[in-house]
This record gives sequence, C-alpha cells and structure tokens, in this order.
Amino acid sequence: MTVVKWNVRAGAYYDSVVLMQLQRGLLELNGVLDAGVVMATQANRDLLATNNLLPADISANPDDLLIVVKADDDNSATEAIGKVDELLARRKSSTVSEDFRPRSLSAAIKQLPEANWVLISVPGRYAAGVAREALELGKHVFLYSDNVSLEDEIALKKTAREKGLLVMGPDCGTAIINAIGLGFANRVRRGSIGVVGASGTGTQAVTAQIHNLGAGISHAIGTGGRDLKSDVGAITAHQALDLLARDPDTKVIALISKPPSPAVATQLISAAQETGKPVVVYFIGYPAPARKIGNLHFAVSLSEAAELSVGELENRRILQSSNSRFLRGLFSGGTLAYEMMVGLQASLSPLYSNGPITPNQNLKDPLKSEAHSIIDLGDEFFMVGRLHPMIDNDLRIRRIKQEAADADVGMILFDVVLGEGSHVNPAGELVPVIKEIREKRIGELKSSGGRVAPNDFGGAYRDHREHGELEFVAIVIGTDEDPQNVQSQVSKLEDVGVKVFRTASEAVEYVSLRLSRREANQFVQVNLEQLKQPLAGINVGLESFYESLTSQGAQAVHVEWKPPAGGNERLASLLAKMKSKKEN
Amino acid sequence: MSIDNANQIAVDKMMNARPILKAVAPAKDVIPGMKDNLFLHAGPPIEWARMSGPLKGAIIGAMLFEGVAASEAEATRMVERGEVEFDSCHHHGTVGPMAGVTSASMKVYVVENAEHGNKSFSNLNEGYGKVLRYGAYSEEVLKKLHWMNDVLGVALADALESSNGLDMRALIAEALHMGDEGHNRNKAGSLLYLKLIAPLIAKVVNDDSVESEVLQFLGDNALSVLNPVMAACKAMTDAAHGVEGSTIVTTMARNGTDFGIRVSGLGERQWFTAPAEIPVGLFFSGFSQADANPDIGDSAITETAGIGGFAMATAPAIVTFVGGTPKDAMNATLEMYEITFAESKFFTMPSLEFRGTPTGIDLRKVVELGITPRINTGIAHKNAGVGQVGAGLVRPPIEIFEQALVAFAEKYNL
Repeated sequence: MTVVKWNVRAGAYYDSVVLMQLQRGLLELNGVLDAGVVMATQANRDLLATNNLLPADISANPDDLLIVVKADDDNSATEAIGKVDELLARRKSSTVSEDFRPRSLSAAIKQLPEANWVLISVPGRYAAGVAREALELGKHVFLYSDNVSLEDEIALKKTAREKGLLVMGPDCGTAIINAIGLGFANRVRRGSIGVVGASGTGTQAVTAQIHNLGAGISHAIGTGGRDLKSDVGAITAHQALDLLARDPDTKVIALISKPPSPAVATQLISAAQETGKPVVVYFIGYPAPARKIGNLHFAVSLSEAAELSVGELENRRILQSSNSRFLRGLFSGGTLAYEMMVGLQASLSPLYSNGPITPNQNLKDPLKSEAHSIIDLGDEFFMVGRLHPMIDNDLRIRRIKQEAADADVGMILFDVVLGEGSHVNPAGELVPVIKEIREKRIGELKSSGGRVAPNDFGGAYRDHREHGELEFVAIVIGTDEDPQNVQSQVSKLEDVGVKVFRTASEAVEYVSLRLSRREANQFVQVNLEQLKQPLAGINVGLESFYESLTSQGAQAVHVEWKPPAGGNERLASLLAKMKSKKEN
Repeated sequence: MSIDNANQIAVDKMMNARPILKAVAPAKDVIPGMKDNLFLHAGPPIEWARMSGPLKGAIIGAMLFEGVAASEAEATRMVERGEVEFDSCHHHGTVGPMAGVTSASMKVYVVENAEHGNKSFSNLNEGYGKVLRYGAYSEEVLKKLHWMNDVLGVALADALESSNGLDMRALIAEALHMGDEGHNRNKAGSLLYLKLIAPLIAKVVNDDSVESEVLQFLGDNALSVLNPVMAACKAMTDAAHGVEGSTIVTTMARNGTDFGIRVSGLGERQWFTAPAEIPVGLFFSGFSQADANPDIGDSAITETAGIGGFAMATAPAIVTFVGGTPKDAMNATLEMYEITFAESKFFTMPSLEFRGTPTGIDLRKVVELGITPRINTGIAHKNAGVGQVGAGLVRPPIEIFEQALVAFAEKYNL
C-alpha cells in the first residue's frame, strides 16, 4: 500500500535547481518511490498531477514550497518529509571543489601571469612542441624531458637565444633559480656561487658540497647534457655564463660538464675568462690545460670544484681581459712553441701551427699565419740554407714585420733564448724593429683620426692602446751568468714596452687572459632583473615537480596536460601545420 | 593571412555585432526563402525518417497550426508523400529552441545587427508545460499558439514598431550581472525584457484585459526573452561566419538526432554532424534519465556566441548543473577559456573580476585539447508532446570538430 505525504512551506523560495537536487536526495531514501519538490505554481502542480503526485486535497499558493513524497509505507514517507531540512543543509557542505586545473599553457599563464618559467616533463616527442609554445609566450624553459631530437634542441635554443630566454635541457635534471630548486635539486642555502651545469647529478653534487662547506648558491643553471656537444655549441652554457657574469650577487662561477667537444670547450673557456670572475671549471674527463689560467681554475673532481669555488670567494676579482685580435707566436725554440700550443689551445680558437698537436691545428702554409698561430721558426722547413733563428735574427725580424702589417694581429709573442752559442745580443736586434713598428702604427692611428680602441682598456693597459693595440710579449730564457746577461736583455725589451716573462707557463696565463675572444655577444642577453624576481612556474608534466615548487613557497600552476588531439597523430600533424601557417 | 588573423576578424565581428530587436512579423513576410509548405527546424538538416519524437510531433503540430493538414494522420501522409519541405532554421538566419519548428504564418522576432546589417529570426516563446517546441500538438497547445500569433504577437509587433527597437546586447550584458547565463537561466533577462516592453505595450494595446493578459504571460514565463536572446546570438555568429581562413565555430545546433556545427572559414551549408548525445542533468518530478531525448535545439547558439554554459561563472543559482558549488561554476567557465579565441568586450562576469566571457570557439583548440564546449540545456522527453523533463549539461561529440579540422586542412591545402 503506497502512501503519499506532503508538506507545504509558505513563502519559502528556492531556485528550481536546488529543488531538483532535494528531490534526488529524497528519492535515495529508503522506501521512497517517488518525490516531487516544486514551487506550487499551476504549471508545477499540473506536472505533479501527471505523475500522480498531487493529492486532491492539497492547498498551496504559487509562492509556497510543495514537497510531496510517495513511499511504501507511512513511516518511510514521514521520515522522508522529516529529512527535508537536513537534505537542504547537506548540499552546502557536501562538495569540495578543486581549483581549476588548466589544460593548456596559455590558460595557465592567464592564471599566473607573473610566471617566468615553464617546467616541462612530458614525453619527449611532445616536449619540443610545449617548449616552443613556452618560448613564444616569452617564458624561460626548464626542459626535463629526454628523447628530444638534436634538431629540436638546436632550434629551441636558437629561438631562445634570439629572445633572450633560457632553455635548460632537454634532459636537464637540476636547476636552482633564485633559491628555488627545479626538478631534482638539493635544498641549499642562498649564496654567491653561481653554477653552470651540463650534468644534473654533477650539479647536485657540487651545489650540495658548496652548501656543506658553508657557502651558498646564487643560481645553478642547467644546460642539458648535449649542450656542450659541437652541434649545439653550448648555447645555453654561454648564455648562463654571460648571465652569471652580469649578476652582482654571483661572485664565483663553477662550470661543470661531462666531456665537452674540444672546440666547444675552447670557446667556453674563453667565455669563462670573459666573465672577469673566478671560474672553477670541471670538465669531467677533459685534460686540464693547467691548474690555473688567470681567473680560471681547473678542478679534478666534483668535490674539488666545490672546494675551489668556496675558496675563490675570498679572492678578489681579476681584471677583465681586453685584446680582441690574433696572436702570432714566433719561436726559435720548438719545445717552447709546443708548450704554448698545449697551454693556449684551451682558450684560443682557432689556433694553428706548423707544429700542431692535433691535425686540425695544422697551418697550411708555414709562411702565412692564420688566426692565432704559433710558428716554430726553427723547423727544418725554414732551415734550408739558413742559420738557426737562435743565431740569426733575420728571418724572425722579417716575420715580425710581416705579422705587424696584418691589422688583425693584436699580439706578437716571441722567445729569446740566451746562452752559449746563441746570438750575442738578440734584444739589440729586435728592439729597433719593435720601435719602428710602434711608431708606424701610431702614425697610422693619427692619420686615421685617432681611432678609438673598440674595447675600453683599463688603465693598466694604456700603453698598449698607445702602441696601436699591438702588444709584444717575450719569453726570455737565460741566466745572469749567460754571456748575453739576461737582465740587460730583459731591460732592453721592457724599455720598448715588451711584456717579458721568464717562463712559458707565465706567458700562457698572460696570453690567454689577454686574448680570449671578445666578440660582442651575439645573442640577446637574458634579462637579469627578471631572473631575480621571485620564481613563479608553470608545470607541464610530472605533478611532483609542481608539488615541489609549491612546497618551496614558489607560486606555481600545474597544467593537466594531455597529448594533442588525444594522441591522434594525423590530427596532431594537421594542428602543427595550422600553427606554423603564419602567413600565406 | 594567418589563421590567427582570420580568427581575430571573425571574433571581432561576433563581438562588435549590435543586435537590435526590431520587430515581430509573420515568418513568410520576413524570413528569406520562407514559403507556405516549408517547415524550418532546429539543428542540421535531417530527413523525416530520422527525426526524433519531439521534432516529428512539432512538425505535425505546425502543420495542424497552419491548417495544411486536419489531423495527425493526414499530416504524416502528406510528409510521406513529399508534399511539405523541411530545412534547417540556420539556412534562413533563424533559430528556435528545442524542436525549433517555424512555419510560414508564425510570428517571429526580427533582430537586426546594426553594425553589419544582417538579420536573424526566432519564434515566440510558449512558456512551460505542453508546448509545440517539445513536440506537443494537442488542441490546447494549438490554441495557445493561435493566441500567441493573434494577440501576443500583434501586441509585441505594435509595441516594437512604436519604438526604435531594443538593444539586445545591452540586455544580455545586464542580465549576466543579475545571475543569468542566458541559456538555462533567463529569469533576470526576461524581467528586463518585460520592463522594456511593458510601457510600449501599455501604449499600443487599448483593451485593458488584453494588455493584462499579455503582460501576465510575458512576466510568468521566465523564458520570455530566450528567443530574442537566441536571435541576437544568431545575428552575432552569422556576422562572424564566412571569414576566409578562420577556424571559429559559428554554429552549434541539434535536431534531436544529430549534433551539427559550422565553421566560419568553411562553407555556408557545410555541416559536420554526429549522433547527438543524451544530456545529463536533473529531472523534474516523475522523470528520469531514461526519459531523455538526445540533445535538441538551436539554443546552443548562446554558447556559440559566448554566453550560456560558457558564462556559468556568473550564474551561481544554477551551479548544481555543474557540480554544486560556485567554484564548480567558475571552473566551468575557466575551462571554456581554453577553447575560445577571445574574451567578450561586452559580456562580463563580476565573479571573475569582470573578465569577458569566453568567446569564439576555436576548432583547433577543441581538437588539440580534447575539450568540447559545455552546453547548458533543457532536456526534452523522448516521446512527442510530453515536454521538458529536466535540465542539465551536454557536450557535442568530439568527432564533428575533428571532421571539421580535416575539412579545413583540405580546403586550405595544409
């Protein structure tokens, strides 16, 4: 026997949606067969009547709330009517709604406009697309994903460089920006050591050790493992070095990488010298050219890299180097020439010689120098019908004049080897030539209207500028007991402004410091101020990276990412074409 | 021109369109191509055999209303003999809620886009209960239709004629600040409409009892303004149609069997269709999901124009459709920003700090993200004539957007 019970509540207005919800709640109760909850308008009463839910004897106005319950028995019906208030109240607290999770990068950026970084850890085949979009939106990229093609990496990094943005990665595991760790990063204190890392775990080891030694990190910029391969050309590492060089909060830089390609290593070392800050270099497995060259320190292990970095915090910064042109080394001693090659090949590129260490350093024509060149004038090529240059200065004098006539030459380096059997007064023959060259260059400068040097030389190098940017550097090998008297030879050379060193290794340090390539930066500099703003990130991919950001107090938005077009390759490729179709 | 540029042009046209409710007139006098034996219906074109219950019922009702058939049996026979023609409302600048059936002598609202000059049309809203738009055609239904045509329609026509027209864009914008989203909730908009039209009606209707009857009808019906709003949205979306190279969706419509869309940069009559889904929602007393007809009606033109389900964040009273809390409503709107090209300049939402509603569905984004538009909708009973059984949410099938993307790529040689 079914029972119909009702309840009329005068003047209780509820939106119909609330009422439908209540009705659903009533239907879920035990014993309830049907229920109607409506404002008692004529239309609604007609509706109830259609479903046999309108008791004949009911009296209600259109403004009244009418609740009708049909149940198995009296008890169920009464109980249901009694639950109305509870059900109306329940809906207020029953639902916990989550914050909106955007599905696209552009929506996420609308949600967090101050975001300056996009963290990407989606499957590799999709990662480049997301990274491209992030760059288009003007954001730096932390690209954790691996399996990104080399072509994509190069294209992304070139685009980033044009826009003054960083692409850390692909396959970048670690970075610390403004004290916020991205990806896998240790919690380290803030400090003044900046790290450029092409190795994720290497960066972790060094930053953690720096922390353990009591110092801290300004920024640790990851590059991804392939950045230092010749195809990529260390685009990100160069940007990072430049950025840390400009960052006043960074006092010392550590440069960590798995073995880089030799050409890239040379360029990076030059760039590191350019920073004018102490740079601790650890190229895992790459032979260090020296323990120390100017502002560069070469570490032999990760932990030593950390120790050297912390130690360098105490030292004062080194003057910036300034000579932007080529070195021509004219040697009488083959071994000295070779030692210069070994010492300079890390920082000067391209470097040629008639006594090359590697085949690509081979100078095609020993009579004609190219770029940076180290010439062994004692080589048998020059010795046909001629005395050795340690005895006869004629060949060297002519070659000095030849090199000096080349406007691209910024430094002429030569050795003076004294002792029994050598020329009795080599300096005496070389000095007049040097003087003559100097005077000629100054004359040219004056006639050309006093061309100002492209680089702002420090006061210490004023004399070099006055001498038409052509430096002379000599390595003098000898003793005070030699017949030529080393002191007198040195004084003669120094009197005409020649920089004299008594050992080859000192000369290596000086030359590489002075001559590191000073091409104007070919990229738009990354905005330092932006880097120093509180990190706000958009995370696309692994949710744990998002949680890590928020737990470090960074603002972050997680994108609920899915493969484009649900993974449908054909549609995805059409979409890609539609995106690339900018103009037609 | 890039797709983005084309889309910018299309959405600018959509937003800058200025729909003015100008007149009420018989369909055949104003709707292009309208004729005596032509019956327009909601959604993409469809043949009789595939029509759903509510649509068939509405067509029979309209034939009885027009007097071309005297009975259901005769109407059916005439249809089967091919004596009447059907066409999509959209091919005639017209939109109608639910079945959307519009016939030659029915009075329709005329909306004119003051910015671009195009016109759009929609029939008069019948209110709740047993109504033609849900496929009912009993004597009582036809009687009401005749009253609407002969009394209400005349009063509205005279009233509008005495005015410079009603600015629908301003009305919608105001209603969105009063808790409407313009599709499922039109309470505020209908009252605004009543406020605007009542003084005009009072001026033109001499018989006090007729005046009272007309005002009562408009005021009792919280959907009074739905049809002019739909026509306004149609005027806006039509303005955005036909922009070469644009991927903006300019039509979403359902005929109770198929869901169809059209795209600005593709053909005027190029529909992409797939079987319509059955809406999920809340049901009136005595009805359940099992009673629901597949999605029907042209009212998704509101979402196409950036209101309705897209403006959910501004309609807290109906949040139960989307999960139950105002936050769910906000999330619904935030989700729609993902697939739209622009934010409305004129329709804003206080709850989102007056951000413009998500405007201009971009085919590319729908396919890329796999997010289909959210449509707030009434739910029709699957049997002709029973009427509305609930209200809820529906989304179009993703395939039609995928088809459209492929067609776009073909047309533009991508």
